[in-house]
Amino acid sequence: MASTGAEVREGLLDAEARAEMERTWRPRPGLYGWLASTDHKSVAKRYVATAFLFFILGGLEALLMRVQLARPENGLLDPDQYAQLFSMHGTTMMFLFGVPIQLAAAIYLVPLMVGTRNISFPRLNAFGYWTYLVGGLLLYSGFALNTGPDAGWFNYVPLAGPEYSPGKRIDVWAQTVTFTEIAALVAAVELIVTILKQRAPGMSLNRVPLYVWSILVTSFVVLFAMPSVALASLMLAFDRLVGTHYFNPAEGGDALLWQHLFWFFGHPEVYIMFLPATGFVSEIIPVFARRRIFGHTALVLALVATGFLSFGLWVHHMFTTGLPQLGQSFFTAASVMIAIPNGVQVFCWIATLWAGRPRFDTPLLFVLGFLVLFVMGGITGVMVASVPFDQQAHDTHFVVAHLHYVQIGAFVFPLFAAIYFWFPKVTGRMLSETLGKWNFWLFFAGVNLTFFPLHFLGLMGMTRRVYTYLPETGWGPLNLLATVGAFTIAASVAVFLANVYRSLRSGRAAGDDPWGAHTLEWGTSSPPPSYNFLHVPVVQGLYALWERTPDRPVVTGMQTRRREVLLTTVLDATPDARYEHPGPGLAPLYTALGLGVTFIGAIFTPWAFVAGPVLMFGALLHWFATEEEKEGPPTHAEEPA
Amino acid sequence: MTTSRLPGTIPALALLLLLALAGCERERRSFRETPPGATAFPAVQTSELQAGPRTVDPAVGAYQENRWAVGQGYTFYVQYNCAGCHAPGGGGGMGPPLNDDEWIYGSDPENVFATIVEGRPNGMPSFRGRIDDAQLWQLVAYVRSMSGLTPRDTWPARADHMQETRPEREPRPQWQLP
Amino acid sequence: MSARARRAAGLAAAVLLAGCGTNLSAVDPAGPQAARIAGLAGFLTVAGSAVFLVVVGFLLYAVWRGHRRAESAGGPEVERRMALWVGGGLAATVAVLAAVLLHNLATGRALAAFAEPDALVVRVTGQQWWWEVEYQDPSPHRRLLTANEIHVPVGRRVRVEVESSDVIHSFWVPNLHGKLDLIPGYSGVTYLRADRPGVYHGRCAEYCGLQHARMDLRVVAEPPERFAAWYEAQLRAAPPPADSLQQKGQQVFLTRKCAMCHTIRGTPAQSRIGPDLTHLASRGTIASGTLPNTRGHLAGWVVDPQRIKPGARMPPNQLASDELHALLDYLQSLK
Repeated sequence: MASTGAEVREGLLDAEARAEMERTWRPRPGLYGWLASTDHKSVAKRYVATAFLFFILGGLEALLMRVQLARPENGLLDPDQYAQLFSMHGTTMMFLFGVPIQLAAAIYLVPLMVGTRNISFPRLNAFGYWTYLVGGLLLYSGFALNTGPDAGWFNYVPLAGPEYSPGKRIDVWAQTVTFTEIAALVAAVELIVTILKQRAPGMSLNRVPLYVWSILVTSFVVLFAMPSVALASLMLAFDRLVGTHYFNPAEGGDALLWQHLFWFFGHPEVYIMFLPATGFVSEIIPVFARRRIFGHTALVLALVATGFLSFGLWVHHMFTTGLPQLGQSFFTAASVMIAIPNGVQVFCWIATLWAGRPRFDTPLLFVLGFLVLFVMGGITGVMVASVPFDQQAHDTHFVVAHLHYVQIGAFVFPLFAAIYFWFPKVTGRMLSETLGKWNFWLFFAGVNLTFFPLHFLGLMGMTRRVYTYLPETGWGPLNLLATVGAFTIAASVAVFLANVYRSLRSGRAAGDDPWGAHTLEWGTSSPPPSYNFLHVPVVQGLYALWERTPDRPVVTGMQTRRREVLLTTVLDATPDARYEHPGPGLAPLYTALGLGVTFIGAIFTPWAFVAGPVLMFGALLHWFATEEEKEGPPTHAEEPA
Repeated sequence: MTTSRLPGTIPALALLLLLALAGCERERRSFRETPPGATAFPAVQTSELQAGPRTVDPAVGAYQENRWAVGQGYTFYVQYNCAGCHAPGGGGGMGPPLNDDEWIYGSDPENVFATIVEGRPNGMPSFRGRIDDAQLWQLVAYVRSMSGLTPRDTWPARADHMQETRPEREPRPQWQLP
Repeated sequence: MSARARRAAGLAAAVLLAGCGTNLSAVDPAGPQAARIAGLAGFLTVAGSAVFLVVVGFLLYAVWRGHRRAESAGGPEVERRMALWVGGGLAATVAVLAAVLLHNLATGRALAAFAEPDALVVRVTGQQWWWEVEYQDPSPHRRLLTANEIHVPVGRRVRVEVESSDVIHSFWVPNLHGKLDLIPGYSGVTYLRADRPGVYHGRCAEYCGLQHARMDLRVVAEPPERFAAWYEAQLRAAPPPADSLQQKGQQVFLTRKCAMCHTIRGTPAQSRIGPDLTHLASRGTIASGTLPNTRGHLAGWVVDPQRIKPGARMPPNQLASDELHALLDYLQSLK
């Protein structure tokens, strides 16, 4: 089955094979084709673009808040508008930008990196995107209609409960969260199956790239964390809409229950955004240091350890609720402990840079910025993980500073590094290095200018979520500085957008592998064809492209007229079966719309639980009816020669 | 590959704009409004007959349709101890129930307003000058919501305290099957 | 370490708070509880800064060293050296974290051990958006109800019992202690002590709705004898109006909206919806720590509170000029 590339070229004319594969895999033309596409690349691209749009909206909300806080007693926003803005900012960044963009990037990259033709369950993948889009549109339509959530992104009851938040604002939040949870869960399932069952032959688990490992761990974290917030938001919706008493202490409910359920999801969520970011870093550093990464096994173990430990930290968001001493000690210890695997990662990266010959292109600059900001955020993280200190710092701007160092430093910086790194692969064009360096330095300066002063403001008593403050507090100058910093960040993002625009119009052509990278996606064209690889490659080492032998073995014998992917075994990635993927269709869109009717309608009437499922049932019938005909059960492939 | 290529964007936006007018009003939090004065209203209306078509002051209507006003009204209903006589949820006690369809002195917002301001025989005290006009209109909106006279979206949900045990005195859930 | 750290924290505080008008700082302790936390904060800051400098130093060195290489390094010898360095870094991390953890646990234990049976007991109830303060005493007639301002004797432990009557709030007086949440259905207890006289500001630290930003309180620490005198004065009912203008002001208070919500002991006004005003004039601020208690601010607050705290429960009061002045006269007589 495995044969050398040269033989293949002799046997079959490349162009002919490409044309046939293109006919089989290409998306349908026109609007229908756009709506019906189940190609992981086109779904991921619109996913990333949508999430980035939400990033910009969330950033504009932050900018408005920073303007309001620039000086004491500013009158730009009234408390109601400010409350909606900070709730929208948090909800947008966490639910509509952070988690989705990481999963979207994985939907694009993972199938290419493991050397397969499409993500597992491609229709479910399309359904996930539409669901997410419905959720995002719901939240922003609500905001446009003065029905944006106003009790924070965390929505503590009883403030977010039926008595203190009358109206539909919190209902909009709860249902938005439900949509994004579903989208994240389906993405996690597809990614896990793709990683475990669709790797190219030879990519045994010990040869899986670190980014793919990070996505595997992240997906499992999603699977265990999301149900908790799904349950919580459902209970909140029931309290608000049906009159249950889950969170009403007077009737035996418990207001703290909400916090436990929310943070049992909320803390792992930070790692859902952070772990893939470490994956980006672990992929980018060896390429730009021009050296194998140091401590591959240690890095994998660190990822797994972080994934597990992330579930033992949630109570450190609740240190001021008056918990028993023993419980506090346990969660302090767990919170401190998670610094160990993260320390291991940082040390391995630094060691790799030391031993390598670093090349200072924009992706590496963002990675270096990440290392500095992440160490900073990690250290303040250890500080707030200590109960006594947290009792002072909790809910002040110290925590705002800490979380933005972690979120921007450890998630947005690697994300920008990844965009600069993979943009040539996705579009076939390079981003400008000059603008990239402006982008980086403005961002780095802006983040420090904005968030470093907030540490001091927090210790000076400036609490979070305040729409204004008195001049006597003396918080004015530092706040003004932070506002200047916020505009610097905005300028940096503007430079980035200009860079993307310029590159799409007239960027330098990238070629297959502009960076000399080692993962499989760099072995196909830029942008990759609809079928990803003409022949599924056979992987011969951890660094697939760096370690392949000159004969470049590939898999042959796959159907070219059907959407066939190769399934391999979980541990050793030996060929297991050939499996035919379903084609494009509108069923995922219909199903997502049915789901939208169910959950959005439920805000207004219980009949939505009748109408929505009926629509979804019809959509699902359509879904199953339009799966393409298969020739019996999957046929087992021959063992490789 | 941006969202701008989504089909139906323009009609959807138009629809949103239309909805915006309604939505903004229903959820608006207004802090420094000038409420309709207390003097503008006739005393008890004893007959359905009246001179000319009745006009409702739009400002009064705004309170009746604003979910936040109803919520504020609930707060004042408890704090000013209306619940002491009319029971939490308006089931009635020393005073008549407020969550049924019987209105001794009229069910229009102006009637309820007048009842609170003027007081009524057999125990209802007059609150003239004691309660702020805006708060009064919020109270009126809440009182009317208990018997379903305000739009469905404004009906109060459950409160965070002990609930009445008799089912007919339960606060109305927002989800109400017809 | 801890003494040095405390000095460092004190220095940081001095730098930070230069020219700062309010006593609202987590690193300028005025009592043992806050001092312990500030000591820990100092230790964490020093240790954290050291770690930061070391790691970033290594990073910069690594980048500089790598940049000068002609060929990237490899081979078993290099790998072994890297493993040693990374292992060393890991060991150092574990050591620092262990020190942090031990310091934490010791501080936590000390904070919790501060309880004392005969402490002064103050019950603080959070409401949207002000604080009701009730001094507990075994004999009921010596219980004292006031609002937004807690007087404590210097040097005596205070047991603060917190609860909420609506949503979650958080009680925080940074110069004296860390914060404690007020959660409906739960009651919380914290102990603190002020060791030097002064006025310490406090804030609500958990988002609690529209006026979360303006839900402040003040803790006035004063010598025990002054505290005792204050307590006795506060226990008395409000003084009767001294002149006809104050008499008229009291009538305005009792016949208008004011009496619907506020208590003035010694008059028929007995409602507990809003803050107790029996000794309003003795307090330093109004509107829950938002404005200084002057005649002008009081007038502005009475007439148009929604301009100062939009969304607060206090309604506007359109009073005729003479009525307003009479009311202000009366309120200002409530020493």
